[in-house]
Amino acid sequence: MGPKVALESLRAQIAQIEGRERRARSVLPFGIAEVDSRLPGNGLAVGTLHEIAGGGNGAVDGAAAALFAAGIAARTKGKVLWCITRPDLFAPALAQAGLAPDRVIYVEAGDDKTVLACMEEGLRHGGLGAVVAEVARLSMTASRRLQLAAEGTQSIGIALRRWRRQTETADFGQPTAAMTRWRVSALPSTELPVPGVGRHRWLVELIRARAGESADFELEACDAAGRLALPADLVHRPGAAEGWRRGASG
Amino acid sequence: MATDAAALAAGIRPGMPATKAQVLVPGLVTQNAHPAADAEALERLAVWTLQRFAPIAAADPPDGIVIDTTGAAHLHGGEQTMLETLIGRLAMSGVAARAAIADNWGAAHALARFASEPATVAARGHGTAPLMALPLEALRLPAPMVADLRVLGFERIGDLLAQPRAPLTLRFGPELGRRLDQASGVLSEPIERVQSPDLIEVRRAFAEPIGAAETIARYIGKLVGDLCAAFEARGLGARRLDLLCQRVDNRAQVVRVGMAVPVRDATRLTRLLCDKIETIDPGFGIEVMTLSAAIAEPLECRQSVSTLIEAETPDVTGLVDTLMNRVGERAIYRLAPVASDVPERAVCRIPAAAPETGATWPNHWPRPSRLLPRPELIETVALLPDHPPVSFTWRGVRRRVKRADGPERVFGEWWTRDAELIAVRDYFRVEDDAGERYWIYRAGDGEDAATGSHRWFLHGVFG
Repeated sequence: MGPKVALESLRAQIAQIEGRERRARSVLPFGIAEVDSRLPGNGLAVGTLHEIAGGGNGAVDGAAAALFAAGIAARTKGKVLWCITRPDLFAPALAQAGLAPDRVIYVEAGDDKTVLACMEEGLRHGGLGAVVAEVARLSMTASRRLQLAAEGTQSIGIALRRWRRQTETADFGQPTAAMTRWRVSALPSTELPVPGVGRHRWLVELIRARAGESADFELEACDAAGRLALPADLVHRPGAAEGWRRGASG
Repeated sequence: MATDAAALAAGIRPGMPATKAQVLVPGLVTQNAHPAADAEALERLAVWTLQRFAPIAAADPPDGIVIDTTGAAHLHGGEQTMLETLIGRLAMSGVAARAAIADNWGAAHALARFASEPATVAARGHGTAPLMALPLEALRLPAPMVADLRVLGFERIGDLLAQPRAPLTLRFGPELGRRLDQASGVLSEPIERVQSPDLIEVRRAFAEPIGAAETIARYIGKLVGDLCAAFEARGLGARRLDLLCQRVDNRAQVVRVGMAVPVRDATRLTRLLCDKIETIDPGFGIEVMTLSAAIAEPLECRQSVSTLIEAETPDVTGLVDTLMNRVGERAIYRLAPVASDVPERAVCRIPAAAPETGATWPNHWPRPSRLLPRPELIETVALLPDHPPVSFTWRGVRRRVKRADGPERVFGEWWTRDAELIAVRDYFRVEDDAGERYWIYRAGDGEDAATGSHRWFLHGVFG
C-alpha cells in the first residue's frame, strides 16, 4: 500500500467519524492563486462556518474584519443577513466593498445569545448568500450548532469576532467548529508617488484551516467588487497597481 | 358642558350653564353632545389601539381606553416611549390624551386622569403608594358617594385607605371596598377585548382545559387553518395575528406575531405562532383559544418564475418574519441612501421587506467601515487652514500621522437647521505609523471662526 492510498483510506475514515456524508462542497475562491492554493478545495467552503477577527485595535473596532467579511459576502449570490449588537457599522463602506445596500438585511440584537440564534435561523433558511454575525463569545457548542445549520445550504456563515476590551481577545484561541479562522489587521497602505493614502493593505492571517495549513498573506483591501489583490510590489508587476491609481486620482 | 383647554383658559368650566358661558365669551360656538356617537368613536379608537399597540384593548366609557400592555411595551421601545408615541399619535389626529401605565386597571385609571404628568409610568409592584395623594374622584365611585365622603372629611384616597374598612362598608355598601381593592391591586379585573366586525376571528372552546405544549400547537394549527379559509374567501393576508388563550382562572394569555408582508400560508403562520408557545403560561388550563387577525391586508398573487434560464430568487420574507417576531419589528431593517453629504444623515432605515430601490451611495470618496455614534474630540497638532494634523491624541493614545488625504469639505445643510447655514467640516483620511487609518475632521474651514469651532474630531475607523 503506497502512502497515497494510505492517506486516502485515512481521509475516508475521518469522513466517517465526522458523521455526515460529505458531499462535494462548492467553494468561493478568492481569485488569488497564492491564497486559494493554501485553502482546502481551493477556496472558502460554502455551507460552512468561518471565523474572522481583527488584529491589534481591530479586535475592538473590527473595521478591517468587517470589510473582509463584506468582500466575501459581496461575491456570493443572494441576500446577506448581518447580525449586530452595536449599530456602528457604516453602510456606505460596505457598498464600496461591493455589497449593495439592497442585499443586506440588518438584525440588531441585544446580546450575543440572540445574535447567535438569529444567525442560526439565517443559516437554516438556506436561501441567503452569506450570514454575518458580530459576536464576542463563541463556544464550541454554539459554533457546532451554526456549522450544522450551515451544512447542506449554499450560505457562508461568518462569525465576526469582536470584543469589548482588548483583554478579552484571548478568547480567540479557544477551539470552535469553524472551518477556517482568519485574523485581519491593518498595514500601511500602498505607497503613492504623491502625498496621500493609497489602496489599503491588510495582513490577512489564516490562523486555522480544517484539513489545511495556516498561512500569512499581505493583501490589498477589497475593491468595488469585493475582490482582494496581491500587492504589486510583491508580484513584481507594477502594472497591477495602475488601475487603482487611476481610480484614486480621478 | 364639557370644555377643552382653550375654553378653560377663557374661564369656562365644565358644568357651567350655557347662557353664562355665552356671556363670558362672545360669539362662543357650542355643540350639542352626542353620547352615542362619542361611544362609537371611542370603540373605533379602541380598535385602532388594538391594531397598533397591544393585543388586548377595550373602550373604558365615557372617555377612556384601557390597554393591557403585557409583553407589548418592549416592541415599542419601553413603557415611557410607548406612552409618548401613543399620546403623540393621538395628538396628530386631534385628540388630546393623557396616559398612565400601572400594575392594574384601577391604578392606571386614577393616574391617567389625576397625575400631574400627562404620561406617567408607575414603578412595578407599586402597591398603593402612587395613589395616596390622588382625590377621591380617581376611584371610579358614583358622584353622590364622593360628595358624601367629602362631607365626612375624606379628601384623598390615602385618607380612605387609613380607615378601618367595616364602618365604611356599613355606611356606603360594598362598592367602595371593591373599588379600593381594585385600585390597590388586591382584586383582579380582567379586560374584555374590544369586538369589531372588521376583525376576522376564529375561536375554539374546549370541553376539557388544555395545557400541554403539543396540544396547544395542534390547536394553533387548526385555528390557523380556519383563519386561512376565512382569508381565502375575502382575498386577504394577515399582517398581524393575535392568539388569545382564555384560562380557567379567567386570565388571558396573549401572543402577537407580525408579518412583513401579507401572508396566507398556513404552515408559515403556524410556525410563527408555535415559536411563541413557550411564552404562554397555561396555568390550570386553557378553556378558549381565539385567533384574531388584528391587521389584514389584500394579498396580491404573484406568478412564479417559469422560464428555463431565470433562476428563482429565494424568498426571504419568511425569515424576516421569524426574526422580526424574535427581536422586535424595529430591530430588523435595511439601510438605504439619503441624499446628504453629512455622514450621520446619509443613511436611513427602511423595512427589511421593502422593495429594492437599486440606489446606492456616491462612490467619490472612501468611507470608514465603522462610524462612531458621536464624533470624539481629539487633540491635534495641525497647520491651518488646509493641512491635516501632524499628530493626534485619541482615547489617551498619541498617534503620529504618516500619510493623509483630504480635505473633503462637507457643508452644513441650511435647509435642515438655521445654525448650519455657514457650518463647514473638513474631513481627512489619515494613516498612522502602524497603518491604522482614521477618519477625522475639523469643525470649520480653518479661516473663519463663524464656520465652526476649529476643533478636531475623530469620526470613523477605516478597514
